[in-house]
Amino acid sequence: MTSLLHVEDLTVAFGDRDPVVRGVSFEVAPGECLAIVGESGSGKSVTARTLLGLAGAGSRVDATSLELQGTPLLHNGDRDWRRIRGRQVGFVLQDALVSLDPLRTVGHEIGETLRLHRYGSRKLRRARVLELLTAVGVPEPELRARQLPHELSGGQRQRALIASAIALDPPLLIADEPTTALDVTIQAQILDLLRAMKDRGTGLVLISHDLSVVSRLADRVAVMRDGSFVEQGTFADVLTSPGHPYTQTLLDAVPAAHRKGTRLSGTTLRIPEELDVPVADGRRADLPPDGVLLSADGLVKRFRGPDGVERTAVADVSLRIGVGETLGIVGESGSGKTTTARLALALLTPDEGTVTLAGEPWSQLTEAKRRARRWQISAIYQDPLSSFDPRWTVRRIVEDALPGLLYPDGAARRRRTAELLADVGLAEEHADRRPLLLSGGQRQRVAIARALAPEPALIVCDEPVSALDVTIQAQVLDLLADLQQRLGLSYLFISHDLGVIQHVADRVLVMRDGRIVESGTAAAIFSSPQDPYTRQLLASLPAAQATPQPILGG
Amino acid sequence: MTINVADGLTAAAAPPVVRSRSGRAVRPAVWLSGLFLLLVLAWAVIPTTFTSGTPFDTDIDAAVHAPSLQHWFGTDASGRDIYTRVVFGARSSLLIGVGATALALVTAIVFGFAAGLGGRFTDGLISRFLEVLLALPGLLLALVFIAVLGPGVSTDIVAVALGSAAGYAWMVRGQVIAVKDSGYVSAATALGHKRSRIIVRHVFPNAMRPLVVLATMGVGQSIVWSSSLSFLGLGVAPPAPEWGAMLDAGRDFVSTAWWLELFPGLAIVGCTLSVTVLGRHLQRRLEGRLT
Repeated sequence: MTSLLHVEDLTVAFGDRDPVVRGVSFEVAPGECLAIVGESGSGKSVTARTLLGLAGAGSRVDATSLELQGTPLLHNGDRDWRRIRGRQVGFVLQDALVSLDPLRTVGHEIGETLRLHRYGSRKLRRARVLELLTAVGVPEPELRARQLPHELSGGQRQRALIASAIALDPPLLIADEPTTALDVTIQAQILDLLRAMKDRGTGLVLISHDLSVVSRLADRVAVMRDGSFVEQGTFADVLTSPGHPYTQTLLDAVPAAHRKGTRLSGTTLRIPEELDVPVADGRRADLPPDGVLLSADGLVKRFRGPDGVERTAVADVSLRIGVGETLGIVGESGSGKTTTARLALALLTPDEGTVTLAGEPWSQLTEAKRRARRWQISAIYQDPLSSFDPRWTVRRIVEDALPGLLYPDGAARRRRTAELLADVGLAEEHADRRPLLLSGGQRQRVAIARALAPEPALIVCDEPVSALDVTIQAQVLDLLADLQQRLGLSYLFISHDLGVIQHVADRVLVMRDGRIVESGTAAAIFSSPQDPYTRQLLASLPAAQATPQPILGG
Repeated sequence: MTINVADGLTAAAAPPVVRSRSGRAVRPAVWLSGLFLLLVLAWAVIPTTFTSGTPFDTDIDAAVHAPSLQHWFGTDASGRDIYTRVVFGARSSLLIGVGATALALVTAIVFGFAAGLGGRFTDGLISRFLEVLLALPGLLLALVFIAVLGPGVSTDIVAVALGSAAGYAWMVRGQVIAVKDSGYVSAATALGHKRSRIIVRHVFPNAMRPLVVLATMGVGQSIVWSSSLSFLGLGVAPPAPEWGAMLDAGRDFVSTAWWLELFPGLAIVGCTLSVTVLGRHLQRRLEGRLT
C-alpha cells in the first residue's frame, strides 16, 4: 500500500509556549480514511491545519517527516502551499456559512478554486462547477450556483463547500468536523458523500469529536489527547478493545441504548450522599394529586418574520409531564423544540391552547400572578454563558435565584449557595469567579445550581449538553440523573441528539415543523418507530458500533 | 457628534486580539494622559497656584511678545499673558466638557430607556424624533439654541449637550433592547424576578457599560465643540479666558504671532487626546474583563 500522506513526529508549538501537538505520526493511503478523535483543545484541529500550512501566525512546525505523495512539505513557503491547497489537498471546514464568502455566489466561490489553479477556460470552469454541484448532490445546480451562501440550506452549503474542496480532484481531503453544525438527517447525507469519495480513491483525514460520526467513515482511528495520540489502530480494534483508558472513557461517555440507566462518566462526583434540601412547608407539599406536574393542550405559537410573513413555530402541541418523570423532546433545528420549552416556562404566551402547572392554570395568568409560582419550574439553557449576567460572579448568580422567603438573611443565603455549588460538584473557589473564566462543563454546573436554587419540581433543560465535549456531557448527564433520583425532580429534556434523548428520557416526543409526529415511551420509539420521519431520524443516527454501518438513504 | 458615536461603536467591536497586544504598548500614553488631565484639573480648581497674574492684566507695552522667560507662552494683542489665560481657561473648558456630556447622557438615558423599554408606540415616537434630530447637524442645533438664548457658559453647556444627546440616546436605546432580549434577562424572568428588579440589576448596568467609555471620549469632543462655538464668537464672551475664544482672538495674527494660536490650540488638543486615550484604555479594560 503506497502511502499518500506520511507524517512522522509532528510537533506544533505557538510562540514560546508548550507544544500543542507533540510528536504525532500517521499515514494515510489512497481510499483510506483516518479519523483523528479527541475533545476540544486536544490539538486535532491544529494537526489538520498544519497539513495545509495553515497552522497559524506564530506557529513553529517541526517533524521528522511530512510528505505528501513523496514530496516533503515541511519547508514549504507560502507560494508552495498555495499550489498544494485545493489541487493536492482539499479542506472542508465545520461551518460552511462562515467559510463561504457571503457576498459571492456559490458558483463563483467554487469556480475560484479552479481559476486560481488555471483550470481550463471560463466556459469549461462553469461546466465543471455544475458538474461538481451535481456530484455532491445539490439539487438544481444551475439555480444554486447563482445563489449566495445564505440562500442555501445548511446541508446544501456544506455540500457546496465540499464541492469547492474537491473541485480539482485532490488526492487528499481533510475534513475538520464536517458535520458538527448539521442536523442528523443532513449529517447522514454528507457522510454518505464523503464515503463515496473515499470509495473512489480519495484519502481522507477526518477530524471529529463524535465517535458515532467516525464509525461511519473511518478505516483507522487515532485518539488524540493533550497533543499526542494515545492510541492508533484500525477502527474495529480501537473501538472493540481499546488499549488506552482514555479511549475507554470516551467510549463509555457515549450515550447508547444498552447504557440506559447507567452512569456514563467513570468519575464519581463529589456529591454528598445525603443531599440536604430543606423542603419548606407548603412548597413541595402542593404537588398535584393526579401526579401530572405540567400539561399542555393544543399549543399554537406563531411568529411574524422580518418579511411580515407569519410562520407557525408550534402547531397543536400537547404534552404531559408526571412527577419524577423525564419527558424528552427530540427534533431537528427549527422543529419548534425551544419554542415549546419557552411556552412551558411561560416566557412566551401561546396563541392558542393552554399550559397547566401542578393542576392549576399557568399560561393564562398574567405575569404578576405567575411570578409567585415561578419557583416551581426552572430552566437550564443551551448556552449557559449567555444566560448569566456577565458582570456577576458565580456566587451572586446562584444567590440571586434563592427564594427570598426561605433564605432571608445573608448568612443563610451564603451557606445555601455553598451547598448548592457542592451539590453540582463545584468547589468553593469557583464561587467568586465570573462564569467567563470557567470551562464549558463548569458553566453548565453553575446553571444547574441556579436551576436547583428555587427548589423546583420541574426543570426545563433546553439542549443542556449540546455545547459540551462527550466526556463532560457524560458527567453532566450523570449529575442530572443523580439529582433527579434524590430530589424527585421532573425534567422536560430537549435535544437534537437522539442518543442523549434515548439515554435520559422515560417518554419521548418527536417534533418536526412545529408538530409532534410521534410520541411514546423511549423504549417503544427507539425499538419500533411508527412514523416515517422518526424512522428516518433513527436511520440517520450513526451508531457507535464496531462495524461501519451500511449507508441508508437519507 | 454622530460621527463620534459611530467611531466609538466601531472601536467597541474591535477584535480582542488587538487589545492584548496594544494594551502593553499604550501604557506610557495612558500615564501621560492621566498626568496631563490632572494638571488641567488643577488649573481649573486652583489656577492661582500656577500663575501670579490674572487673565485680565493688560500691558500695552508688552503686546504681542513672543514666548520668553517672563511670558512663557508669549502675550496677546492687549499684552495679556497667554500662559495665565490658558491656565484660567481650563475651568470653563472642563466645565463645559464635563457638564455638557453629563447633561447629554442624562437626557439620552431618559429617552433611550423610555424607547427601549416602552411599548411599540413609545419606541416609534421617540425613535422618529431621534432620527430627525440626528438628521440635523448638531452644530446647527447648538447655534440655533445660542441664537435664541444668547452666549454664556450655561447656554454653552446646554447647546453642546443638545447637539450630542440624540446620538447617545440612539445608542442607549440599542443597548437596552439588546440587553432586554438577552439570555440572562430571560433567565431572571423565568426565576420569577420582578420587572423593576430586572431593570435595575441587569438592564441598567449592562446597557450603560459601553456608554462609560463613550462618555469619557465625549468629554473631549465637547471641549472641542465649546471651543468651536467660542471660535465662532458664540461661546464664552471675551475677555473671559476660554481656549476657543483665544483661538478666535488670535486669528488675525496667525501669520505673525504663532503663539497666540499654538498654546490654546495645544491645550484643546492635549485635553481631547488625553481623554480619548483614557477612554480607550478604559474600554479595553472593561471589555477584557466582561466579554
